[in-house]
Amino acid sequence: MTDTTAHDNSGPVLAADGKPLKVSLARALRRQKIRALLLIAPLLLFVLITFIVPIGDMLFRSVENQIVQETLPKTVVALQEWDSEAGTVPEEPVFAALAADMKIAVAEKTHTRLGTRLNYEMNGISSLFRKSGRGVKKWDLANDGPFKDKFIALDKKWADPEVWVTIKANSPKYTPGYFLNAVDMQVSPDGIEARPENQQIYVTLFKRTLMMSLMITGSCILLGYPIAWILANLPMRQANLLMILVLLPFWTSLLVRTSAWKVLLQQQGVINDLLVWIGLVDDANRLVMINNATGTIIAMTHILLPFMILPLYSVMQTIPETYLRAAKSLGATNWTAFWRVYFPQSIPGIGAGSILVFILAIGYYITPELVGGTKGVFISNRIAFHISTSLNWGLAAALGAILLAAVLILYYAYDKIVGIDNVKLG
Amino acid sequence: MKLTKTLLATTALAMTAGVAGADGHMADEMTIVSWGGAYSASQIKAYHEPYMEKTGIKIINDESSSEAVAKLRAMSEAGNVTWDLVDVEAADAIRLCDEGLALEIDPATDLAPAPDGTSAADDFGDMLVSDCFIPQIVFSTTFGYRTDQVPEGVDAPSGACDVFDLETYPGKRALNKNPIANMEWALLCDGVAYEEVYTTLETEEGQAQAFAKLDTIKADTLWWSASAEPIQWLADGEVFMASAYNGRLFSAIVEKDQPIGMAWNWQMFDLDGWVIPAGLADDRLARVKDYVMYATDTQRLADQAKYISYGPARASSAPLVSTHADLGIEMAPHMPTEPSNAENTFVNNYMWWADYRDDLDAKFQAWLAK
Repeated sequence: MTDTTAHDNSGPVLAADGKPLKVSLARALRRQKIRALLLIAPLLLFVLITFIVPIGDMLFRSVENQIVQETLPKTVVALQEWDSEAGTVPEEPVFAALAADMKIAVAEKTHTRLGTRLNYEMNGISSLFRKSGRGVKKWDLANDGPFKDKFIALDKKWADPEVWVTIKANSPKYTPGYFLNAVDMQVSPDGIEARPENQQIYVTLFKRTLMMSLMITGSCILLGYPIAWILANLPMRQANLLMILVLLPFWTSLLVRTSAWKVLLQQQGVINDLLVWIGLVDDANRLVMINNATGTIIAMTHILLPFMILPLYSVMQTIPETYLRAAKSLGATNWTAFWRVYFPQSIPGIGAGSILVFILAIGYYITPELVGGTKGVFISNRIAFHISTSLNWGLAAALGAILLAAVLILYYAYDKIVGIDNVKLG
Repeated sequence: MKLTKTLLATTALAMTAGVAGADGHMADEMTIVSWGGAYSASQIKAYHEPYMEKTGIKIINDESSSEAVAKLRAMSEAGNVTWDLVDVEAADAIRLCDEGLALEIDPATDLAPAPDGTSAADDFGDMLVSDCFIPQIVFSTTFGYRTDQVPEGVDAPSGACDVFDLETYPGKRALNKNPIANMEWALLCDGVAYEEVYTTLETEEGQAQAFAKLDTIKADTLWWSASAEPIQWLADGEVFMASAYNGRLFSAIVEKDQPIGMAWNWQMFDLDGWVIPAGLADDRLARVKDYVMYATDTQRLADQAKYISYGPARASSAPLVSTHADLGIEMAPHMPTEPSNAENTFVNNYMWWADYRDDLDAKFQAWLAK
């Protein structure tokens, strides 16, 4: 008895080596954490360098706008004095600064890049800079001034205050312009406003991308669930054979599968021919199943179906058959046994499959481009266009950032509603 | 397995697969980028093979021209340009030149003069649309139609304006899914004089007029984005009439024997040629320039026309165009530049489009989505 009371009264609990147990424990834990960190360090570094940094760099382009300051440093400073709302053209000092800046820019061949950049904001600046570059090349800065009339003689657009408003408005290092453009807005002298209706396109495309990706995910669940169930409940030998049939299209080139859908679905295609032959459809009114949203949904459901079936299958395999039998022996009907016992256990598979299919669908662009016509294309088609054709990488980055944010928000919502721990791939 | 882990592992796998194709340039190798298909084949036969035989340099043919603009920019930012010569359309050459991604050339020193002594600058003439662009061929976007679907008692369609004539020629049509050429055709066929097309298109009213004209056929039009699509639609009878590249139509009609006819009126000329990427090392640059000098001389450009029905960009090559290498037919009548085909033509105004493309593209896509 006396022994225990003596312990109770002493200070902190000590470990075997005489140090307080708390400190000792914390040290052991820290060591463990460091070891764990060192173990994943190569992967962490790899992901950081090859994934996070490039994506971050790409997304940064959506606000970056140093090109104006870098190419026309003196002009930007000179323009600070100029009142952009007065509706007049700047005076000689600005033109002199422009001549000096252009002289350097032409030598470094950066003036045309700037022209391309500013052309996003105002039509015609691209050729203005290209043309002026050729003229400025021949000038002698020390003796050829004053430059105001010389510039206007090169191209009368220099006498248009609008050009100067555009240069001044875009001279800060960072711009919200790309993001505004990505949601069909623009900066005008009166503040931020919606773009003219005949230029609004991106919000429509974002909505369509989300809606159609959800529909594709839904149809993948509807089609994939029964298949996965059959696979999970067949004897191994037959299940393996069926599994090959599921995987076979998975191993076929995406373009081949998409083209095959064209052959099947088009108006002079196999399905329409068959329907006309049977007499279900009139030859003059063949069904339009491709080059619209229907075509995109059909083709993409087919392409993404394995991503739904595989996680479902592996989850269903772990559900013991005995549960269903037990439910039935306790008096449940087939439906109750399925709905109350089997289905809840398969939800983690649905969750995993849905996340995979939805995230893949939202970024697809080759298939929608080929079978989507005008009503079935996604936002990714525009991103691809701006990356590879128009070279407007700032806008592409802004569109991509919004898409990424939308996915993260949906992922967060999913975590809150269903719970991400409730997702299993097997 | 946890979801995140699987996702990470998949990403890592995809990454390593991408790293495998790093730069492995040998001293006597040259990577030339082009469009693939029949077009690359014609270049291999007419330029690459004779050049490899003559010099012993190995030419690696890369088929990435469709994404050349973005890839060149990415390569240039990474400071590792692995391509030596790239085949692009004139509009892209202008964009690459503006971005400083392509090398400016001097026709007097970099290109061979014509056999009769005419300088390269004069021989190529107006085709030198950019300081970086080395023209190769003239192709055109023109129209093909199903010969078996022409309504009885009417003449076969002759050109662009028949696309807008739904009464005479009912049925589906196909047009390119971008504003270039479509906007011009809409105005030309709505009665705007040729000289005024681009000045009209600069105005809001002019653009509205073009869209209104396109509205009349919008419900009956399929829009293509890959150049093989209109040909496939024509071959399957999916559309009655389609805009397409003339070389693709030639191949479908002559080589594949499809019931398709050509309607040349108001065909749009376009140019395709080489650009040299900026920032090549001196030895590589010297090698490429030697190749370019050889591959764009008068005889070589004429030779390419044996394999594909695109017109050589040099004036001096035209008289040398002969017969198809395999079929033995005369190539001249199938060329976009043949006088009987070129009664009414227009040339894509590259500089104008460089200024207005972003704006009109946004409007065109918004119009399509409506």
